[in-house]
Amino acid sequence: MKALLFLLPVGILVLLILLFWKGLYLNPSQVPSPLIGKPVPQFSLPGVGGTSASLTSADFKGHVSILNVWATWCIPCRDEQPELEKLAQQKVVTIYGLNYKDDADSAVQWLQSRGNPYAKDGYDPKGKVALNFGVYGVPETFVVDSYGIIRHKYIGPLTASLISTQLIPLVHELQQVSK
Amino acid sequence: MRYIALLMLLVAIPALAVDTEPPIPNAALQQRYELLTHQFRCLVCQNETIAESGAGLAADLRAQVRQQLIAGKTNEQIKQYMVARYGDFVLFKPPWQPNTWLLWGGPLLLLCIGALVVITVVRRKSQLVKTSPSEVNVDDLEP
Repeated sequence: MKALLFLLPVGILVLLILLFWKGLYLNPSQVPSPLIGKPVPQFSLPGVGGTSASLTSADFKGHVSILNVWATWCIPCRDEQPELEKLAQQKVVTIYGLNYKDDADSAVQWLQSRGNPYAKDGYDPKGKVALNFGVYGVPETFVVDSYGIIRHKYIGPLTASLISTQLIPLVHELQQVSK
Repeated sequence: MRYIALLMLLVAIPALAVDTEPPIPNAALQQRYELLTHQFRCLVCQNETIAESGAGLAADLRAQVRQQLIAGKTNEQIKQYMVARYGDFVLFKPPWQPNTWLLWGGPLLLLCIGALVVITVVRRKSQLVKTSPSEVNVDDLEP
């Protein structure tokens, strides 16, 4: 009994320390998306600047793809863009863009001057489609499997290491499953 | 006193309304609008409701609440709309479900543990009182 009375508070303390220790490394700005495991929301958007092809939910069927939500006013997108460009050159996965609450002219200019990694780039000036994707910050990147099911969401810019250690292995895995 | 008043005035300045949209003409809808917008979290500035936040996303979500109210959606439908897109985290008051049982029940659980400790301690002390010093034989005590 004596031993129990001593061990109980110590046990609770150890549990609390473990809990708080884990809590220290959680990032509250990365809210898990309820859309993981759900199909891409139905949508149809014109292409950025009216020149490129339109983007619809049907584009996500038949192959693994990623959807990158971006804007010219988004500062981290500037660091992310060259990485997306490199990824596009590797031709491992179809990259779609969702231009979020942006000005069409600035977006076109951005793509012309920095390069366009997107196979298709939807223009969503009011953020209506992005709302259905649960977008709350830019950049965000969704990984969609060949059945059009959202498999993962990256919040914040993709970095070279994130792409090589996480994104590409995930894409390969999803491509294997769909074969 | 005057300084306190001045201080209060300074503190009150940031509390200006962020929702600049005109109220919904229907008073009952406006009341539900106020209620709902105070229940959803703005995910950009996580400790504010969408009613209080000046972020662009909060304005978009307020517009959604307004449109859906006018379209005749129920409070429950609007809540489901938000949760389907942003998860339970969008609700300021966490729902009662298996993964939040500990969250909601935790305080009660701690109270019970505390009560148990108090009861044990009090019982033991009261047993000590029963053997009052007058009953103790001095010879039994160790030197």
